[in-house]
Amino acid sequence: MHMADALLAPAVAATMYVASGAATGISINKIRKEDDSKKIPTMAVTAALVFAGQMINYTIPGTGSSGHMCGGMLLSALLGPEAGFLSMVVILAIQCLFFADGGLMALGANCWNMAFYGCFVGYYLIWKPIMRSKWFGGMEKKAAARLKIMIASILGCVLTLQLGAFSVVLETTLSGITELPFKAFLLLMQPIHLAIGLVEGLVTSAVLLFVFESRPELLGEVDCDNLGLTQKRSLKTTLVILAVVVALVGGGLSLFASSNPDGLEWALFGNAEAGYSENMGLDEDDFGIKSDAADKAEEIQEGIAILPDYGFKDSDSAAGTTVSGLVGSAAVAVFTLLLCMLGRFFKHRKAK
Amino acid sequence: MIMTCFVLLYTGMEKIDAAVAELREMDDLAALESPVHSLHPLAKLLTTFIYIFVTVSFDKYDLSGLIVMLVYPVLMFQASGIKMSTCFYKLRIVLPLVCAVGLFNPFFDKAPMLSIGALTVSGGVISMITLMMKGVFSLMASFIFVSTTSLDAICAALRKIHIPSVIVTLLLLTFRYVTVMMEEVSVMTTAYMLRAPGQKGINYKAWGSFLGQLLLRSMDRSEELYSSMLLRGFNGEFSYADVPKGRLADWLFTIAASVLFFVFRYVNVAELLGNIIMRG
Repeated sequence: MHMADALLAPAVAATMYVASGAATGISINKIRKEDDSKKIPTMAVTAALVFAGQMINYTIPGTGSSGHMCGGMLLSALLGPEAGFLSMVVILAIQCLFFADGGLMALGANCWNMAFYGCFVGYYLIWKPIMRSKWFGGMEKKAAARLKIMIASILGCVLTLQLGAFSVVLETTLSGITELPFKAFLLLMQPIHLAIGLVEGLVTSAVLLFVFESRPELLGEVDCDNLGLTQKRSLKTTLVILAVVVALVGGGLSLFASSNPDGLEWALFGNAEAGYSENMGLDEDDFGIKSDAADKAEEIQEGIAILPDYGFKDSDSAAGTTVSGLVGSAAVAVFTLLLCMLGRFFKHRKAK
Repeated sequence: MIMTCFVLLYTGMEKIDAAVAELREMDDLAALESPVHSLHPLAKLLTTFIYIFVTVSFDKYDLSGLIVMLVYPVLMFQASGIKMSTCFYKLRIVLPLVCAVGLFNPFFDKAPMLSIGALTVSGGVISMITLMMKGVFSLMASFIFVSTTSLDAICAALRKIHIPSVIVTLLLLTFRYVTVMMEEVSVMTTAYMLRAPGQKGINYKAWGSFLGQLLLRSMDRSEELYSSMLLRGFNGEFSYADVPKGRLADWLFTIAASVLFFVFRYVNVAELLGNIIMRG
């Protein structure tokens, strides 16, 4: 889900930087208020662990393939949402700087898509309410907690990845960069991330359950004191329950995922009088039809680009300028080639 | 059997160990000496940002205007003594992904844009090429920044512009522990693969315990780490010994480069050059 620089218009990238910057500021403030200097090394080690953990492949039972996790939910369950968010920001920064995974200018957007939803939305809207809920009250405390952890992590991962994927589509469309229609892009992204989210959710829940068994005090919102020590649920039972939960969640969410775009479309297209459809340059009736794609592209571009009227405006002048443009481009290419050769020449001289 | 075991072992380990090796190589590159390396990290960061900003802001059909932007990364590679092939080799996994972004454009934007003889090029093809170029140029510029600047220098510079110490310290510490953790994961994966030959990835039965064990151990480790940091006088912030001072030349570089970028952005140098050549 890491976005590259070329995918984003400067205006969108800047907006996302502001949004992620604000979330970072709030998190830093919270951490400062806690004033627990011990927390930073813990955060660093956990972040490093998640970074390394992303490289482990897990076999997905029943299929030949494997997946890996991305960690937002895991970090926020272990460290709390603010510390989890900061750790994710750092992970994304290192990935961007040293592995070119996601662009430097797109870092703001990447933090938002992958860290904000996973940590804040995942924690406050899913983890916390579920862990505090009175669900499975009839069961013994520990078994109930275990089930709640499972549901929270799977639901959290699936939902936050869906949100992230949707943001990627929205940001790209707003940038007016790819010609892929909004709907097609959305239909491409959401189901893929539904599958990824499920795997991630399963891995996260497995890890969190392990932590819960060995050291429940590490998990946020888990009431350790009232946990009666009872017999352990066997792995097999856990897996059966997991499978049922997955089937339910998966089925439910795929319904949600398929009906969701329509609602969003309504938001984007159905509000022409509010100026939305103009801003987006989208029109529901002939959305994605090729004939006037170029016009639309220009419309979008005019709204976003620094110098909108630049480029191939009308075909007459375009024909005249492109030839010289081509010749000039070739000249530049030759020039850069010469530059490279010159550099090599000097290096050789120096070596001698 | 032994062969398959080896192959699996190799593929399992390769990814993590290769990542560790690449991180080390980046450190080595950043330790070289050149005019680009000695530039102030903040000046370099700012220039890189402006470069990417300007590059990405080009019109999607403005192929000839965009190509001039190639001059900056090429010049920087030459001045830094880092081979361009190193950049492309290191980014070999990411490059196809960056290039794949525009692949759909030719299918949706079929309006003819320019014709050379019998060959008609549609707008989609042009916008696909510019998109790929934007992606590759941005990657090159980021790479030149990271490969000529150590993370310590970046962090020191970030502190200079008052980025909160929480995040800078976290970045530095995490980066230091990433290699340790990756080595640990690599050892664990190797051990696992040796005991489970012919298996792709970690079996579902071990999903929780595999990373969970490591997690618990690293939590303990962070406590020890913190104690040892306290013993050495850690007060919540690192002190940076060699914070480089910004020289006038550094800022002149940034200003000159930025002016050049904006000139390239607003004046189509390639077209001008073409006109001159055509006339002559």
